Amino acid sequence: MKTFQGRVVISGSCTAEALVSHGGFNTLASFQKSLLFGDKTAKCADQNNPDLYGQVMAGKALCLPMTIGSTTGGLVLYCANAMGRNPACLLFSKPIDSLAAAGAVLSSVWSDNPMPTVDSLGDEFLEAVKTGDKITVSEDGTVTVE
Amino acid sequence: MSEYKMQLTQEQRDILEGKQGEMLAKVMKTLVLYGETFGAEKMVPVTGKMGHLVTSFGFGVMKPVFELMDQLIESGTVSKQSFTVDPKPMDKNVPSNLIEDLVFKKFMYSAQKSYDVQLKKMGIEGSDAYTCTCYLDEVGNTPKKGDILSWAESSAVVYANSVLGARCNRNSGIIDLFGSILGYVPYFGLLTDEGRKATWIVDIQTTKKPEAQLLGSAIGMKVMEDVPYVKGLDKWIGNELNDDAKAYLKNFGAATASNGAVGLYHIEHLTPEAVEQGEDLICENAKVYVIDDAELERIKASYPVIWKDPAAQPKLCFIGCPHLTYAELTAWTEKVVAKLAENGRKKVSVPTVFTAAPAVVEAFNKTEMAEALKSAGVVLSYICPLMYMNNPLCGKKPVITNSNKLRTYTTSRYYTDDEILDIITKEAK
Repeated sequence: MKTFQGRVVISGSCTAEALVSHGGFNTLASFQKSLLFGDKTAKCADQNNPDLYGQVMAGKALCLPMTIGSTTGGLVLYCANAMGRNPACLLFSKPIDSLAAAGAVLSSVWSDNPMPTVDSLGDEFLEAVKTGDKITVSEDGTVTVE
Repeated sequence: MSEYKMQLTQEQRDILEGKQGEMLAKVMKTLVLYGETFGAEKMVPVTGKMGHLVTSFGFGVMKPVFELMDQLIESGTVSKQSFTVDPKPMDKNVPSNLIEDLVFKKFMYSAQKSYDVQLKKMGIEGSDAYTCTCYLDEVGNTPKKGDILSWAESSAVVYANSVLGARCNRNSGIIDLFGSILGYVPYFGLLTDEGRKATWIVDIQTTKKPEAQLLGSAIGMKVMEDVPYVKGLDKWIGNELNDDAKAYLKNFGAATASNGAVGLYHIEHLTPEAVEQGEDLICENAKVYVIDDAELERIKASYPVIWKDPAAQPKLCFIGCPHLTYAELTAWTEKVVAKLAENGRKKVSVPTVFTAAPAVVEAFNKTEMAEALKSAGVVLSYICPLMYMNNPLCGKKPVITNSNKLRTYTTSRYYTDDEILDIITKEAK
């Protein structure tokens, strides 16, 4: 079991299975198919992301360095959230980027389904965590990997 | 109010407490929380005359966004400033088959008409305000140096910051609109003097003028969200912000912003802050990236080809992502016409679409060049190529482009300007 301390962006606690993207997470490319075709499990549709392509994202602890791509990113994340197809939490190794922050904040203010979001967990977090690991997020930004 | 760290004025505190309505309070709360994530200590007035929104498309499935828009409109919480919006996702003039038409109209963009109505009620500048190049003279949403903006659309934000010297963060959709509704944005990042300092020096050592789209891609992938100070480029594009230089920087910037996440760059001896402040803009211990011919070749060779059949003949060509300037449109028309004549052909061999802002299309259509372009078989459209390609059918279609942004977000394949010209004007195999 390993523990990492990050900064709380949106506070909350949860336990979920890890889904790890080592490269930047393209929010629009990842969620577009799920939103279009009513896939409630939100399988990742980004062909440029070998870590996630085809993997279920809904309900997972999404571990990532940062999000990349279109500035629709925050809006797409908010839509996925309001439709209940969002990851259980967002865990960033780096300081959060403006598009992801928008998605996390919009979800927290405008939906009843806020996603606990923690950033600045460090590169060592992404090196340690593997897809399928059990992740526990505490309200103080502590993330446990087991 | 103690839950917020930001120092707010009395007016801003009143808004947050709901004295100007529940909806505006939620808009304010969103922007305060968003700003605090980045250490913003205050909200500052939006001083740019107009906003710019990234969300131009009525994706039928984006119900949460349309519901949010309805709530805002019904409560009278609309934009304080008029705004332009990214290009529309559909144009009947752009080649598409019956299945694609069905997917576009009935499935993907089924909410386009109702969303256009929402944009009108929210404060869009006009029915022709749909373009990613809102800053062009013909369109008229051209911020002044130092203006604080609440824009999204990465290519427009990087242009406004870098070429015009305005100040805007890389905002997401909805956040862009919220700033225009509230009239304030959180003060952090590219709004601050400190956030506009360069943490990278890019040294251009090529033996010829670098392709704008390739150079931007290389820099974007290297510096990601940082600010680069580019030396040695003025040797190739001059030290005056004329039409050619501005078009070059538009294409260069879009590539830096999409292949990476650049929101601001400085070009030595050319862009306004670099001219004023020179190397004072560079942070201590800035990292250095040297770009020569071999590095650009390496970058180009690294792009994956994700067509189902990599040897397929192109079925469609898009030129104009971001939208073409008037000067670019004229130059491309001249090049295509001349090359077709040289090759003994009358029409392009690959269905080709040039895209530009509605106002640029209108101006161009008044000239004799318009007929020449039409005769060459090229379609001129105001469409967003990216939105056109954002559908599952396009994955099977071999589309070529000179846009590194379009390449990054879709299955289209990138070629340089000269390569594209050659492909579309020669005999199809």
